[in-house]
Amino acid sequence: MNRSLNKYLAAPYIVWMIGFTVIPLAMIAFYGFTDREGHFTLANVTAIATPEHAKALFLSLVLSLASTVICLLLAYPLALILRERGMGKGSFIVFIFILPMWMNFLLRTMAWQTLLEKNGVINGFLTFLHLPNLAIINTPAAIILGMVYNFLPFMVLPIYNALAKIDDNVINAARDLGANNLQVITKILIPLSVPGIISGINMVFVPALTTFVISTLLGGSKILLIGNIIEQEFTKGSNWNLGSGLSLILMAFILVNMALTAKYDKDGEGNAF
Amino acid sequence: MEQPLIDLVDISKSYDGTAVLDELNLSVKENTFVTLLGPSGCGKTTTLRIIGGFEKPDKGRVVFDGQDITSLPPNKRQLNTVFQKYALFTHMTIAENIAFGLKIKNKPKTYIDDKIRYALKLVNLDGYENRSVTSLSGGQQQRIAIARAIVNEPRLLLLDEPLGALDLKLRQDMQYELIRLKNELGITFIYVTHDQEEALTMSDTIVVMNQGYIQQMGTPEQIYNEPENAFVADFIGESNIVPGIMIQDELVEIFGARFACVDKGFGNNTPVDVVIRPEDVELVRPEEGTLTGVCTHLIFKGVHYEMEVTTPDGFEWLVHSTGMCPVGQQVGIRVDPFNIQIMNKPASEDEEAVGVNE
Repeated sequence: MNRSLNKYLAAPYIVWMIGFTVIPLAMIAFYGFTDREGHFTLANVTAIATPEHAKALFLSLVLSLASTVICLLLAYPLALILRERGMGKGSFIVFIFILPMWMNFLLRTMAWQTLLEKNGVINGFLTFLHLPNLAIINTPAAIILGMVYNFLPFMVLPIYNALAKIDDNVINAARDLGANNLQVITKILIPLSVPGIISGINMVFVPALTTFVISTLLGGSKILLIGNIIEQEFTKGSNWNLGSGLSLILMAFILVNMALTAKYDKDGEGNAF
Repeated sequence: MEQPLIDLVDISKSYDGTAVLDELNLSVKENTFVTLLGPSGCGKTTTLRIIGGFEKPDKGRVVFDGQDITSLPPNKRQLNTVFQKYALFTHMTIAENIAFGLKIKNKPKTYIDDKIRYALKLVNLDGYENRSVTSLSGGQQQRIAIARAIVNEPRLLLLDEPLGALDLKLRQDMQYELIRLKNELGITFIYVTHDQEEALTMSDTIVVMNQGYIQQMGTPEQIYNEPENAFVADFIGESNIVPGIMIQDELVEIFGARFACVDKGFGNNTPVDVVIRPEDVELVRPEEGTLTGVCTHLIFKGVHYEMEVTTPDGFEWLVHSTGMCPVGQQVGIRVDPFNIQIMNKPASEDEEAVGVNE
C-alpha cells in the first residue's frame, strides 16, 4: 500500500477529531472568554469566585476525592485477591464486578434512588424489621455511594492489570529474602502497581469531579456540584458563556490532576486519557 | 556419618492427579555443589521449589540441619534462591535490590553498605550500586540476583536454571564464576539444569532425574563413565546403547562378536544393555576389528570427526575420532574392555523410570 493511500485512510479519523473534539473545545474557549455580545471578557471565568460557584466546586472536589479514596481502598484488596486466584479461577468474580457495567449508567443510578428513597426498598425492609430508617437520600453520602458504585470497576481493572503483570517469581524472591506477606504487599506489590493505581485514580476522579447525573438523582435539588451548575447554565439558564467559562475552570483542575499523575504512569498502564 | 545439611524424606507431589515426584529421597552434605539434572518435566524444579518452600509436598518431610522445615514458609528458611529469570525488583536500584533481605532483618546501615560493596565485588560489578536494574544485560542481572541472595549468608543456595536465558559464551563464563563463588563462600549449592555439560562442568555430585525418580546419583565421572541405566547413558552425552548377552563374567557378546569387558556378576547368558561412548569406539583395519562394518557417514566437527559405521546387522555405531575413515570404506571396530559399560535390561518401561530408586 502506498503512502498517499495511507494518508486518505486516516482522513475519517481526522475529520472525526476535528469535528467532535477540536471544534467543540474551541467553541467552549470562545464562549468562555466572550460575553453575550461577543466581546472579550474574563467575567465568565472569574465567576468561579462567587460564593455559590466556589462552594459547588469545593463540594465537587471533596466528594470526588472521597469517592476516589474509597474506591482505591475497596479496589486494591479485591485486585490482590483476583491476582492471587489467577484470571482462570478469578474470572467469575471479575464477571460479577463487570456485570453492572453492561447496564445503563442512568438506570443503575436510578435504581439506587429507588433503593435509598424515604419510602424506598431499603427503608421498607428496615421498617419491616422494626429498625430505624436510613436517611441518606439527598445527602452527600448518597452521592459518594453512587460515585463509588458506578466508578469502582474503573479502579479495579487497571490495578488488577498492573498486579497481574508482576511475575510470581518476583514475589517468591521477596519471600525468599525474608519478607512476610504484609512486606510483600507494601514493598513489592504496591510499588510495582503504582501505574495501575494512578490510572485508576484518574479514571475515577475525573468522571466523579464532572458528574451531574449522580448528584441530580441521589443528591436531590439541594446539593449542587459544579457539574450541575454548568449543566444548568447550558440548559435552564441559557447562559452558554458562563457555562463555558466554568467548564474551562473544571478542565484546568483535570489537567492539573493529570499533570500530577503523569510522571508516575511511565508505561501508560491502561490509561484512557 | 556426617549429618546432611538437607534431607528430603519420601517426598511425593502431584499436580491435578499427575505424580511429579514419587517417594523421593535425597541427602545433600554441607559445602557441596549438587546438580539436579534431567529433561523438562522430570521433577527437578519441583524438588527445588519444595526445598525453597514455594511448594508443599503432598507427603514426606524436608529436614534442614536436623530440623523439620516442611511447613515453614520461605521467609523463615535459612536458604536463598536464585530464580531462572532473575526476578529482580525493577522499582529499586541495584543497591536496594541487594539490601532487600538485610533491611528486612533490620541490619544496621553500615553493615548493609559493607555487604553491598562486598557482594558487588564478588560478582565483579563494583560501582553498580545506583544503576537501575533495567540498564543491565542478562548476565549482569543474573550476577545481581546471585549477589542479592548471598548477602544474606544462606547456608544453602538454590539455583533454578540460572544460566538458561544467557548465550553460550556468557553461560560458560558464568559456570566458572559459580564454581569460584561456591569455593570462596563455602556454602552448599543445589543447582537445577537440563544442560548435561553444565552439570558435568560444575558439580561435585550430579543427581540425574527422570519422571519424578532419581535415576542415578554420583560424581560427574561416575555418571558419565558408569551410567547405571540406558536413560542416564542416553541423557549424559552421546552413546551407543546396544543389546548384548553377558556370556560370563568379563565377556559380552554383541551382534555375534565377543568383547572382553570388566563387569562381573550379571550371571551367564543374561541379556543386557551395553553402553559404549562414541569416543571409545576405535576404528582399525577390518582384519583387526572385533566387528567389521562400513563407514556410512562422515562429518568434521572441529575437535574430531563424527562418523557412523554400519555393521552387517544394521546397527549404526556413532564414532568420534581424530582419525577419519572415508564413506564406503570397510572398517574394523574395537573397544577397550574398560570402556564397555554393562547395564541390566529394564523389564518394562515403568521399571526404566523406577530403576535405581529402589
